[in-house]
Amino acid sequence: MAEKVLMKGNEAIAEAAIRAGCRHYFGYPITPQTEIAAYMAKRMPKIGGTFLQAESEIAAINMVYGVAAAGMRVMTSSSSPGVSLKQEGISYIAGCDLPALIINVQRGGPGLGGIQPSQSDYFQATKGGGHGDYHLIVLAPASVQEMADLTIQAFTLADKYRCPAMLLADGTMGQMMEPVILPEPQTSAVEKPWAVTGTQNKRPHNIINSLCLRPEQLEKANFERYEKYKQIEANEVLYESFMMEDAEYCVVAFGIAARVSKNAVISARKNGIKVGMIRPITLWPFPTDAIAAAAKQVKGFVCAELSMGQMIEDVRLASACTKPVLLCNRVGGMIITPEEVLEKINTLAAL
Amino acid sequence: MHVQYNCTKFVLHDCTDTMTCICKAYGINMIVFEKPKALTDVPMHYCPGCAHGIIHRLVAETIDALGIVGNTVGVVPVGCAVMAYDYFACDMVEAAHGRAPAVATGLKRAMPDRVIFTYQGDGDLASIGMAETVHSATRNENITVVFVNNAIYGMTGGQMAPTSLPGQVTQTSPYGRDIKTAGFPIRVSEMLATLDGPAYIERVAVNNVKNVRNAKKAIQKAFQNQLEGKGFSFIEVISTCPTNWGMTPSQAMKWVETDMIPYYPLGVYKDKYADVTGDIGNTGEVQ
Repeated sequence: MAEKVLMKGNEAIAEAAIRAGCRHYFGYPITPQTEIAAYMAKRMPKIGGTFLQAESEIAAINMVYGVAAAGMRVMTSSSSPGVSLKQEGISYIAGCDLPALIINVQRGGPGLGGIQPSQSDYFQATKGGGHGDYHLIVLAPASVQEMADLTIQAFTLADKYRCPAMLLADGTMGQMMEPVILPEPQTSAVEKPWAVTGTQNKRPHNIINSLCLRPEQLEKANFERYEKYKQIEANEVLYESFMMEDAEYCVVAFGIAARVSKNAVISARKNGIKVGMIRPITLWPFPTDAIAAAAKQVKGFVCAELSMGQMIEDVRLASACTKPVLLCNRVGGMIITPEEVLEKINTLAAL
Repeated sequence: MHVQYNCTKFVLHDCTDTMTCICKAYGINMIVFEKPKALTDVPMHYCPGCAHGIIHRLVAETIDALGIVGNTVGVVPVGCAVMAYDYFACDMVEAAHGRAPAVATGLKRAMPDRVIFTYQGDGDLASIGMAETVHSATRNENITVVFVNNAIYGMTGGQMAPTSLPGQVTQTSPYGRDIKTAGFPIRVSEMLATLDGPAYIERVAVNNVKNVRNAKKAIQKAFQNQLEGKGFSFIEVISTCPTNWGMTPSQAMKWVETDMIPYYPLGVYKDKYADVTGDIGNTGEVQ
């Protein structure tokens, strides 16, 4: 029987990770993701797992690297400034093709910024983030239920593709409480013959490494990794389509901005404007085809996001700038309102 | 590889190396010297006179002696030993610069029954990775750390290290390390010994036979400690860098004796499980 409980988003991530078979958590205190570490600190010792408060975000992500190298499910969580610090380790994890989960409960930036919700790490999350050519599989939850479900999904995809995954949440998602049906406990079914678990004198030694001094080999490694990314792009795109069947206008939004925008779409429909919404659930791979198809159907887009306009670039690329794309945004920890989105929809409809 | 050595005094022998050749010549049927099994056949890239080869060998001999090659995972640094993952026959991980103790922490927490060691240089361990070093020590992670201190950044071409001596000329201290602007060298073993966490800390050198023997004993103890669950065991090895010191290999070994060891005294700095304490600075040959 599935359990239905009332939980904070951050706690839902932590519980879902445990149910996904993750027994190793490394973190460093930062608001607004604190509840994840607190939950892990309570639970991990009781189930024979590791909770370790690292000396830094950098150490935490490198501990993740160690456990991932051993072939076990592992995660770390942080908020924007902390995730910046982790980028070195994330680049190494991607360069070594290791599965791991990184949670970013975003807050406003740049710099120390604030502690209120934001979506301004979109570029960092979806375009790589650290040095070199790589991607993370980036999932964006829009409810506490999805905080749990997408945590499980992130572990599954990371193992399947030997690719680090990121759950890109925000302070609202982390802090709000909602009923959530907790997923059944799972284990990874993926074999990991590449893991450094000791040769047991039965095989040649495994090496986990991203160093490659021969340019032709490093090029080959990059090309091969991007072949894998093509597979992910072909198979793993997730998005929600809302009232798009007859839509003449399309709102594109993810996470908390999508929840707010849904109300605006409903209001606009009441006012007779035929508007729908596409909510990317995977931010990478981005639902490019869905946006491209919508561009043929609608007269224009509103991109609603809590940044100075980051996802809007992907919307413009996907629609090949064939239709106008208006930005509706608030930043610095301010949350967009349904009225603000509605106003943008009205502006678009009046163009 | 099979090479023919022309023994002038004896017949022509078809031998793999000179030692075997001599043995055959004298009719001696025994192996007197061979490569440790914990080392692979990959040719090492180290410069002539660099002590990494000696230290690799001591680590590998220890792994062989303890019979743990199939149960060990090594973590290598960024620095001259960056490609050591190719040289050790156990499973290996290449860490980011300075992060080896954090990576080793992850590995050990995930696999408490495996032997995890790091092999790091002075820039890696004592500069960019100082936080990881200190905190893995204070947590008493049950890992073995081999710290190779040659007072310079070798791989990048000889820059000032956190352990470069006062007055030492390097690419980035061309007028000699000025303690007024560049500060003092860090004595890592002494510093870590102030922590309650670590189980075992010893500084050794490999500049003469006696010191090599001591170094081997220390490294073996550091691995043995881990097998016994005693915790963080740290061996600092005073090493050489003839290339970047601008010396011949023999001059470099001499400089270890005349300049390095006086600043970095050899000895056991901490041994939680020792019956007798107080031998700090008294176990090395040269003081």
